[in-house]
Amino acid sequence: MKYIDEYRDPQRARLLIAEIRSRASQRWVLMEVCGGQTHSLLRHGIAEELRNDIELIHGPGCPVCVTPAAAIDLAQSIAMQPKTTLVSFGDMVRVPGTQSSLLEIRTRGGSTKTVYSPLDAVELARRNRNEHYVFFAVGFETTAPATALAVLQADQLGLTNFSILVAHVRVQPAMEAILRSPNNRVQAFLAAGHVCTVAGFESYSDLSKKMDTPIVVTGFEPLDLLEGILACVIQLENGQYSVENRYARCAVEAGNIEAQQVIDRVYEVADRPWRGLGEIANGGYILKHKWQRFDAAHRFAHLQNESTLPIIDLENECQAAEVLSGRLRPTECSAFGKECTPDLPLGAPMVSSEGACAAYFRFGPKETVLSQGNQH
Amino acid sequence: MNTNNTRITLAHGEGARATRELITNRILTRFDNEHLRQLSDATQLDVASDRIAMTTDSFVVSPMIFPGGDIGSMAVYGTVNDLAVSGAVPRWLSLALIIEEGLELSILDKILDSIASAAERCGVVIVTGDTKVVPRGAADGIFINTTGIGELNSSVIAGPRSIRAGDLLIVSGPIGRHGIAVLSAREELALEPPPQSDSAPLHNSVACLRKNVGEAVKAIRDATRGGVSAVLHEWATECNLTMQLDETRIPITDDVRGASELLGLDPLYIANEGTMVIAVDPAAEAEALAALRSIPESHNAVVIGRVTARKVSPVTIQRMLGVEQPVDEPTGALLPRIC
Repeated sequence: MKYIDEYRDPQRARLLIAEIRSRASQRWVLMEVCGGQTHSLLRHGIAEELRNDIELIHGPGCPVCVTPAAAIDLAQSIAMQPKTTLVSFGDMVRVPGTQSSLLEIRTRGGSTKTVYSPLDAVELARRNRNEHYVFFAVGFETTAPATALAVLQADQLGLTNFSILVAHVRVQPAMEAILRSPNNRVQAFLAAGHVCTVAGFESYSDLSKKMDTPIVVTGFEPLDLLEGILACVIQLENGQYSVENRYARCAVEAGNIEAQQVIDRVYEVADRPWRGLGEIANGGYILKHKWQRFDAAHRFAHLQNESTLPIIDLENECQAAEVLSGRLRPTECSAFGKECTPDLPLGAPMVSSEGACAAYFRFGPKETVLSQGNQH
Repeated sequence: MNTNNTRITLAHGEGARATRELITNRILTRFDNEHLRQLSDATQLDVASDRIAMTTDSFVVSPMIFPGGDIGSMAVYGTVNDLAVSGAVPRWLSLALIIEEGLELSILDKILDSIASAAERCGVVIVTGDTKVVPRGAADGIFINTTGIGELNSSVIAGPRSIRAGDLLIVSGPIGRHGIAVLSAREELALEPPPQSDSAPLHNSVACLRKNVGEAVKAIRDATRGGVSAVLHEWATECNLTMQLDETRIPITDDVRGASELLGLDPLYIANEGTMVIAVDPAAEAEALAALRSIPESHNAVVIGRVTARKVSPVTIQRMLGVEQPVDEPTGALLPRIC
């Protein structure tokens, strides 16, 4: 199949693996920023194949994992309001907040709906004016243009029964925070190719120079990832650090200008809390003041901190923060595969299709196959 | 009152004239046979064999009509397939309709036509039935239940406990088509051309396979909800062996593959409605494949893996670089209301 098979050719993959091995004089520490890359590295057995040659630390690029529990709690409270439906991406519904998930909220009579596009939420609002629809806007620069477009469309349609709960985050500030953290071990980044497709990668140059760190824009298919890893290794071995684009078929330096303009019309950059990582300067987006009428956080401000449910603090049991910052491997967590499984997750990284824990649970190397097998 | 002529109303379910008209004008005309014609409370069946097999299934798929099929034909094939993979020859069906008030009669007619032609294709007779109408909102268009009875003429299929290490795993065709077809129709994903469901009867394929390789067939299951993965997990538990798949051999059509990549789904977990998994003795590989491929509904049958001694994981898959990974048991409602 075009656009897939040519990037999954096992012969070429073996050649790249051999070259990575021959070039690497030591076990360099690389971070793949995006959870989609983590899943691909594990699913195709690349992480396993290279385990003795390269240390891959899994990055925080899992949007639902870093969405603050407080935002999920608020989304749940909104879903319980009369004549109100909380609309979200499918990934979000099983993620636990401080007490429960949107899926559980539905069994208690809350109204939630999953869609593939934020514009579907606008369409729901257009068709059913008696119900208020709140779209839960999560994700990186990749989903932000679509949620911004939803706001513009709702404005154009004159909808008064549509709003969005914004929890968008920006990748680059998180990469910088990781490099600046005192116990950082990351020596090079595989930057998230799809984020660069939208946001471009001009601004990575400064970061790469300032921090003496290779940043390689990398795709998601096996050969994309291997080429990205090889480019990092070559830079590290040569002691020359720069931004390199290994995802040229999709990403250009300036990014998608049109998409950036849509983001700029609707959102402004702000300091935002990341679940597990804490407050990150310029780490996300908020709605511009002129769109306040579409801001669910404003409209439902009275629900913040309100809860009628018993408090069970899941954060205490889940070491997501350690996993998301690359300090703990999913399999090193004592709850992995025991108290915490995709069926009964303690934290977001075990739920999401981009979460590192879920990736290890599904595709993990042999020692995890063992602990998982014992569950059955 | 014009709508009364074009849509189902509660009166159609009240047992009075409207009900009788619905049954005589729309149902009996399509399914006329000696059993139904009596309109009695229970029908009598002349059974030739000593043993029969019986199964029941309810169908709530949304949307009711999708590329490659509809709820009507699915309600027939689904039950026929459950009988067929058990080794029975499907003979009789019951048909119970739960219709939502307001359903357009033209849609009902289309579904009833589809049931009639599906029953004819499978050689089954609809011998009894029931119709209920529920208020708007209490159902979604139409829900259908069918119960099927089949005759067990030949020996019973041994079943998953007879599976041995070395046995081969075959699928009768490309996987994941039904789930993707329904999902893309429901979510209006606008994939071009729209993916088609595999909804089809498997009784001819099973009959031909058994006629040609007999006892070498260890187990057969149609891979409906939970997909191929669910079937293999059940079998692995039954026989306490590991089902080992080879990723490169699993047949997946380009449209299913593309949609799965796009949506982050794995075809191994996606439902089929006319595709089955078969475990056979390796000595019968060529004959089994030839038999299956001689029948249109299974002409793309291929071997996708083999059974090995039990490993820690009940189901595994060999990836492109040769790394063997566990295949998880399907969890949760990946795609609700697909059947």
